[in-house]
Amino acid sequence: MADKTDVWQGTLALMVLKTLEAMGPIHGYGIARRIEQTSGNLLSLNYGTLYPALLKLEQEGYITSEWGVSENNRKAKFYKLTRAGRKQLEREAREWEQATAILARFLSPAKEAQ
Amino acid sequence: MRKLRALWLRLRGLFGSESAAKEFSAELESHIAMHVEDGVRAGLSTEEARRQAMIRLGGLEQAKIAYRERQGLPWFETLWQDVRFGLRMLVKSPGFTVVAIATLALGIGANTALFSVVNGVLLNPLPYPHPEELVTVHASKPNFSEGSISYPNFRDWQRDNKTLAALAIARHTGYSLTGMGDAEEMRAELVSSDYFSILGVKPVIGRLFAPHEDEIGREPLVIISQGFWQRKFGSRPDVLGKVLTLDGRNYTIVGVLPASFNLRINNFSACDLYVPIGQFQNPALNNRFAPLGIHGIARLKPGVTFEQAQDDMLRVSERLEKIYPEADKGIRAKLVPFQYAMVRNVKPLLLILMGAVGFVLLIACVNIANLLLVRSNARAQEFAVRSALGAGRARLLRQLLTESLMLSLTGGLLGLLLASWGTQVILHLLPQELPRAAEIHMSGTVLGFTLLISLTAGTLFGLLPCLKVFRQNLQDTLKEGGRGAGSARRSAQNWLVVFQMATTLVLLVGAGLMIRSLAKLSEINTGFRPHGVLTFGLQASPSMIGSSPEATRAYLREANARIAAAPGVEAVSFSWAALPMQSDDEELFWLDGEPKPQSQNAMHWALRYIVEPGYLKAMGISLLKGRFLASSDDEHAPRVVVIDDVFARKFFGNADPIGKRVFLEQFDEPATVVGVIGHVNQWGLDNDAVNPLRAEIYQAMMQLPEQQLGLVLMGMDVVVRSKYDADTAFQSIRNAVVQMNHEQVVYNPETMDATIADTLAGRRFSMILLAAFAGTALLLASIGIYGVISYLVVQHTRDIGVRMALGADRRDVFRWVLARGGRLAFAGAVAGLLAALGLTQLTTSFSSLLYGIRPYDPLTMLGVIGVLMAVAFVACYLPARRATRIDPMQVLRTE
Repeated sequence: MADKTDVWQGTLALMVLKTLEAMGPIHGYGIARRIEQTSGNLLSLNYGTLYPALLKLEQEGYITSEWGVSENNRKAKFYKLTRAGRKQLEREAREWEQATAILARFLSPAKEAQ
Repeated sequence: MRKLRALWLRLRGLFGSESAAKEFSAELESHIAMHVEDGVRAGLSTEEARRQAMIRLGGLEQAKIAYRERQGLPWFETLWQDVRFGLRMLVKSPGFTVVAIATLALGIGANTALFSVVNGVLLNPLPYPHPEELVTVHASKPNFSEGSISYPNFRDWQRDNKTLAALAIARHTGYSLTGMGDAEEMRAELVSSDYFSILGVKPVIGRLFAPHEDEIGREPLVIISQGFWQRKFGSRPDVLGKVLTLDGRNYTIVGVLPASFNLRINNFSACDLYVPIGQFQNPALNNRFAPLGIHGIARLKPGVTFEQAQDDMLRVSERLEKIYPEADKGIRAKLVPFQYAMVRNVKPLLLILMGAVGFVLLIACVNIANLLLVRSNARAQEFAVRSALGAGRARLLRQLLTESLMLSLTGGLLGLLLASWGTQVILHLLPQELPRAAEIHMSGTVLGFTLLISLTAGTLFGLLPCLKVFRQNLQDTLKEGGRGAGSARRSAQNWLVVFQMATTLVLLVGAGLMIRSLAKLSEINTGFRPHGVLTFGLQASPSMIGSSPEATRAYLREANARIAAAPGVEAVSFSWAALPMQSDDEELFWLDGEPKPQSQNAMHWALRYIVEPGYLKAMGISLLKGRFLASSDDEHAPRVVVIDDVFARKFFGNADPIGKRVFLEQFDEPATVVGVIGHVNQWGLDNDAVNPLRAEIYQAMMQLPEQQLGLVLMGMDVVVRSKYDADTAFQSIRNAVVQMNHEQVVYNPETMDATIADTLAGRRFSMILLAAFAGTALLLASIGIYGVISYLVVQHTRDIGVRMALGADRRDVFRWVLARGGRLAFAGAVAGLLAALGLTQLTTSFSSLLYGIRPYDPLTMLGVIGVLMAVAFVACYLPARRATRIDPMQVLRTE
């Protein structure tokens, strides 16, 4: 547990959007588990912070939700990406790639020397 | 956009939060159930799995709180709480709330109303491009600092100057329009070609006057106003090229001006027609000396300062004086910045009123602060309890500020309603010449102003009691049970009352001085009996123009007889040249025995009245000596004049003026003085005594030189004394005139009473507003002192009860309470008196509004102090009565 990283500020929304894109409609618990799995269990997600983040995305119109039935026949609220959400995901993903690419250049100066 | 959408959903979340909370609980439940199922599947016990799930969730309640905060707007919820609590508090004490809001509405309303006037008149730049480059141009002469420019001088100034981008002149005139239904009098402006381009005006259709089209002898053209176009031509575009018959001449329409254009030099009022100045049918137009009421407007070249332009124009006019030493002797071009010229008459007045109304707002705020102080004393207990329960200072401050801002914003809203009504009232009262009265309305600036003063007032008087609350010792207050009050707090209230009284007194002094000035003015003898006198314009049928002198005289006699025969008419006279308080005209002359002066400027000057025998009776002027003009003083009789007593004293001293002879400039043979009549107030009630030109001379209309006789037909004044009211009289006269010839026009009827009232319009306007403000201030201040003294009585209930139990008389108690109030009022009155004396000395613009009294007029001072003290005592009477009704037994029992 000790070597797990907390979720970085502002990245949770992107992860949620990406998860929804990959998985299709899915409930909150499923999103949380999927994020942990995708990170290879390196991320520690406080489940309590997930729901306000989902609410924010919904208020901003990037996702919608409706009640449905889970794989285990349990009532659960399912989240789904909207068209605006898809665009937002593209935009945010691009920004992240740029940001990480810039950081990568700083962190491996050897590459620059070549 | 997304952010806005989220904000909106969160605002909605504030309200439907109950079902949303339930839904989230269900979601969390299903989340936990799934988590537990997974745990059990992984081999944990149900309890352990549940524990793990809770840990990962970070606590059930915490999750719910985080969710709820995202759902709604936490700061908004607190605010909403404050507002609801504040509303409850305000509703709980309706008396306080109503008084506070009404006070604020009055203060803010009065300020907003006056500000919208000031904003429209003083703060808004003129509606022309680069208004700062515009100047009005006049000719300064020995007798007039801003006299009229003669046409030849205008042409020379226009050609010779180096600093003006363009110079134009204009003169107001009237035309009788015929051939389009009944003959009608049209307001018109004679202008030179550059007039419109200087002001940046573009025609709606057609064109403006081209250069040189404004010269003498060119084709008669006319530009019409949009209103005229609409009225007479139904806005049809084929109006261009059509012909208007004005004073019997045909003018071709070349363009239409936008309805928004309404300038005459020195005031804003709309005209129907614009005609090139060269079409002015006055034979004296091309005379370099003739003062024909023409004034100029110019635009400075970019980068040229006002002083440079003035110097340049002085140089031009000095050069002309050398070339035309007689006609241009002492004539200098005089420039006045346009913006200043338009507002200079009303600016000091409006600023004084704005100051006065600011005082009213100050008094209103002090009132609220006082009321809130009293309330905060009563609520000290409540605040102490809340602090003890853990409410932070910031939280309490926020609560108090919310309450006072609620008060001030409600007051501001009501004030806005009051102001929209008040603005109309002010505009109705405003002197006619006020620039751009039509453009005054509630603008965004005005709304902003109201919001600003509401917020400022609310914050200021809300903070004052807060400071008090925080200074008090929590424990003492809790112990005292909210009964006692520190003497420091009461002295703050006393200071506020004294301040209020002082401010009110200043306003009362201002209003009192204005009222006294107007009273003095109304006692002034005008020299004639204005009541029942009606004046109007008469223009003969255009077909008469150019008639022989004999035909003209015959026409005048017939028209006079027709009007005299109209029902109710007691006396009638035509008048040309000067008319008291309406228009003026000068006669140049020299006395018998004096050598003929070399130039006009070396002659004597007098006001010239050209009238008929009925004038004396129509105006009701008293005859002092000899006789007035008679119908026998006609074109065949020797030339005679009648003078007023000022003329007689000035030029003949103690000698008998009857039979003396004077040489009038326009005649070769002298005229004989046949009578002396009382001086008539030519310049208005307030200005006549100080005007250098007061001597008056009367000549018979039938003895006018033939050339001028023709001009009379193009527009003269008629003075009538009638038994009937003005409307009936004018109607019957109009019928008589139209019966005689339907192509002649009567127009612009005005009673002499109204004319005299107009000369006092500015003073009356400031008097009414100052009195209204002072009355409001007095009302507010009396509410203030009433509140404080009432509170004093409540605070001293025990003392009073004990005193009465110990044998104090009810009268003693009554007197004690009144004395407390009286002391405050008196202290305020003295402070106010000193302030008023200082202020009236300092503001010379206020002194200029006074007439016949000094700014420290003792009678006024004593009077307003009396009023203030009386009102203060009345305000203290109720609490004093209440104090005498205190039952000592009741008080002692509760102790």
